[in-house]
Amino acid sequence: MKPIHEGRLEYLEELANRIREKVIETLLEAGSGHSAGPLGMADIFTAFYFHILKHDPRKPMWPDRDRLVLSNGHICPVLYVTLAYAGYFHLEELKTLRKLDSRLQGHPHRTALPGLETTSGPLGSGLSQAIGMALTAKLNDKKYRVYCLTSDGEHEEGNHWEAAMFAGKNKLNNLTVVVDRNNIQIDGFTENVMPLEPLKAKYEAFNWHVLEIDGHSMQDLVDAVSEAEAIYEKPTVIIAHTIPGKGVSFMERDYKWHGKPPNKEEAKKALHELRTLGRRIRSEHE
Amino acid sequence: MLNPELKLNPKLFDEDVEQKPIRDGYGEGLVLAGDADKNVVALCADLTESTRTEAFAEKYPDRFFECGVAEQNMATIAAGLGVSGKVPFIASYATFSPGRNYEQIRTTIAYNDSNVKIAGHHAGISVGPDGATHQATEDIAIMRAMPNMKVFVPCDAVEAKKVTLAAAKLWGPVYMRFAREKSPVITTGHTPFTPGKAQIFWQSKKPQVVIIACGMLVYNALVAAKELEKEKIGTIVLNNASIKPMDERTILELAENYHAVVTVEEHQISGGMGGAVAELFAKHRPVRMEFIGLKDTFGESGSPDELISKYGMGVKDIKKAVEKVLKR
Repeated sequence: MKPIHEGRLEYLEELANRIREKVIETLLEAGSGHSAGPLGMADIFTAFYFHILKHDPRKPMWPDRDRLVLSNGHICPVLYVTLAYAGYFHLEELKTLRKLDSRLQGHPHRTALPGLETTSGPLGSGLSQAIGMALTAKLNDKKYRVYCLTSDGEHEEGNHWEAAMFAGKNKLNNLTVVVDRNNIQIDGFTENVMPLEPLKAKYEAFNWHVLEIDGHSMQDLVDAVSEAEAIYEKPTVIIAHTIPGKGVSFMERDYKWHGKPPNKEEAKKALHELRTLGRRIRSEHE
Repeated sequence: MLNPELKLNPKLFDEDVEQKPIRDGYGEGLVLAGDADKNVVALCADLTESTRTEAFAEKYPDRFFECGVAEQNMATIAAGLGVSGKVPFIASYATFSPGRNYEQIRTTIAYNDSNVKIAGHHAGISVGPDGATHQATEDIAIMRAMPNMKVFVPCDAVEAKKVTLAAAKLWGPVYMRFAREKSPVITTGHTPFTPGKAQIFWQSKKPQVVIIACGMLVYNALVAAKELEKEKIGTIVLNNASIKPMDERTILELAENYHAVVTVEEHQISGGMGGAVAELFAKHRPVRMEFIGLKDTFGESGSPDELISKYGMGVKDIKKAVEKVLKR
């Protein structure tokens, strides 16, 4: 995979910031939903849909497309916004999130909206579904790759580790997992709720190749995904250290923002901060 | 008499009637399904021999996936295989799958509309000495309440083979329920199985009661029918293997004509096949009913025959229920 060249990187970083702004607007309109995770994962979603994935928004069921399986379905606002910017549907439809008759369900429903690879929300079962797709690729001699995006909190689910064991056993080198290591979950900080560390050692013990990156560096992510493609004996997990609520000072690293949307006043403040951040991104690249 | 059109086993009422575990039919059907379609794959959770997945695993090792003792993982891997073009069959004991992995089946298979076939083995109390932990007696209830899910309960090994083959050809999630113990072979290769169709296996000259049964207890229902005929009580025995979709038309027509129904199943009375029949009657026209099944209780260790008898699902219990429903 090619690295992101400088001009493109600036564009993608700005785009990720526009996606954050749209996440805030979408959540405000919806009146419920999750804020911190979607803001924290905007860089990663942008890098996937605008650089890493082989996909075609005009042909969402293209059999040879790469699959991106979102395991922690509750951060779907960032998935929906990214899909809309990628051209899967009109931005206007984002206003229907969580409303009656919408294709944008509160948690993703695969058959409702082209571009979704799975139905998710209940945690810990995305990795095994991604494994199923990776097995199909192997059985059919297909070259597509399967990416599974997971939260750190959902690593408390037994199903996830059952899947990790299976992928290690079967050396699924066409499967790459990204862990959103943002250290928060509903009840508090992950290390207080149920310690996950040493997370890297845990995956290594399950026979995975483990990489750690700054989850806000798209270049780091692209490099890690490239390395994963070169590893033949193991599946790869990329532990991406992210800041929950990224770009909005009063949301950053505060677990209380895991599961609530901003009100009108908070949204105004958040959008102001994000626009300032956007200007900073532009000036840094000049 | 036995319905001649369905070409049932002519030695059905002989003492040396052929006996075969219903689960054997799954194993045979799975291999045939695999022969017919290379997209058929099988998964198991450390019960390959017991669920009769073994023959498929030996013939198609590349298309068989051992998941270890991890039923939640097995169901969700199958969900991923099913949405990417495979026809996965998953097998375990029904208390574990769909017991333990109920939510995974609900979200990633049923709601996700993934083309997965779920084989629940060791269903019913006839599992025997393993005891109640391994006797699935609520699985019909949880699976038939699930949108998008079809539910089949074959009466013998021959029908089980046909059910397995039919599941491979049907699009979408299917639950199949199989018993462990040897039981009489009722049907033959010439007896049809059609999803959504119930079959009249037995009809007396002057029927007064309709016995609707599924699973291996269909045999007990037939024996009861034969004995009742000698006692001048005519019955119809309906094999109701397709619980969802259910053959509403046939069942309503029979109820319309005979006004008394006994349901027979190796499952909790609450929420099972009998419950589904009762819902149908309540919606259209109430009918006198008696229910044979577990009465809100778990099983225990014992031999299959002892348990069927102790928990009120034997031939004499069915006969009593028929007599009782006539007096109501």
